[in-house]
Amino acid sequence: MKARVLIRPKEGILDPQGKAVERALPALGFEGIDNVRVGRLVELEAEDPAHLESLCEKLLANPLIEDFEIEEIEA
Amino acid sequence: MRFGVLQFPGSCDERDAIAACGRVGEAEIIWHESTDLSGVDAVVVPGGFSYGDYLRAGAIARFAPAMEAVTRFAADGGPVLGICNGFQVLCEAGLLPGALLPNEGRKFLCRQVDLEVVSADSVWLGATEPGQTLSVPVKHANGRWFAPDQTVDALEESGQIALRYAAGQNPNGSTRDIAGVTNEAGNVMGLMPHPEHAVDAALTGSADGLEIFRSPALATA
Repeated sequence: MKARVLIRPKEGILDPQGKAVERALPALGFEGIDNVRVGRLVELEAEDPAHLESLCEKLLANPLIEDFEIEEIEA
Repeated sequence: MRFGVLQFPGSCDERDAIAACGRVGEAEIIWHESTDLSGVDAVVVPGGFSYGDYLRAGAIARFAPAMEAVTRFAADGGPVLGICNGFQVLCEAGLLPGALLPNEGRKFLCRQVDLEVVSADSVWLGATEPGQTLSVPVKHANGRWFAPDQTVDALEESGQIALRYAAGQNPNGSTRDIAGVTNEAGNVMGLMPHPEHAVDAALTGSADGLEIFRSPALATA
C-alpha cells in the first residue's frame, strides 16, 4: 500500500520553527494567522502495512515529543 | 583506562574526544559498523551530525551496529558518555531519559557556559562535588532537553539530574535548566555542552572538562 505519515510536535511543546513562520507572516502582509505548527510528511510504500505503526514509533516519530498519523493513500 | 570513541558518518568531534581521553588514558576510534568493544573500558559517543541528523538528531545513528554493542556494554554497567549529538543518540536509543528539541531561539549557539554539578553520584562526575561549577562550551541547534514534568520530578528524586546551566545561562530553553542527565544506574551520562573542548586552559581558557574524563578511572579504582 501507499501511505502518508504525518508527524507533528506534540501539543504543549514549543515549536520554534512554527513561531518563526508565524512571526514572518505580518511582514508579508498576512494578518490574523495564529498557532502555526510545523511538522513533517513522510510518504512511503509498504509491502506489509502491519508494521507501519511500530515503524513510526521506533523511527519516523519520537512519541515523547511527536504525534503521528498514518493515512492510506492507495491500497 | 582505555576509551573507545564512536565515529558515525557525520561525526565531527571524535578527534577532540580522542585528545581529551588521551590526557587521562588511552583512546581509540570505534567505527559505526564495528560491534567490537573488547578491550574498551569506557565509551564516548561524540558530537557532530550523525547520518546528517536526517529525520531527527540521533534518530538513525541509534540503529548503527556499534550502538547495539554500546547498548549491551551499558547494560553490563560499562561507562558510556554522550556529548551533544552523542547525547541525542543515547536519548533516541532509550539509554537516557528525555529528548532533545530545537533551541527555543532557533539559532545555532556557540558560547562558553557555566555548568553546576547537581549530582556527583554518577560514574562520569565522581571527580567533582555537587555545587561545583564547570566552564565548558556549548555549540548546538537542537539542545533543548525535554521530558514531561512527572518524569523530571522522578529524575530529580533519583539523583539523575547531573548538570544544570548556571542561573541565567540556559542557552536553549531546556526543561528546568537541565544540561546533563544520567541513567538510573549512573554509568551512562549525556550532556549537551562539550567537555572535550575544555581540556586545555591555554587553548580555550578552561580545563574543567577534564574532570569528566578523569571520573570513570576513579570509579573503577
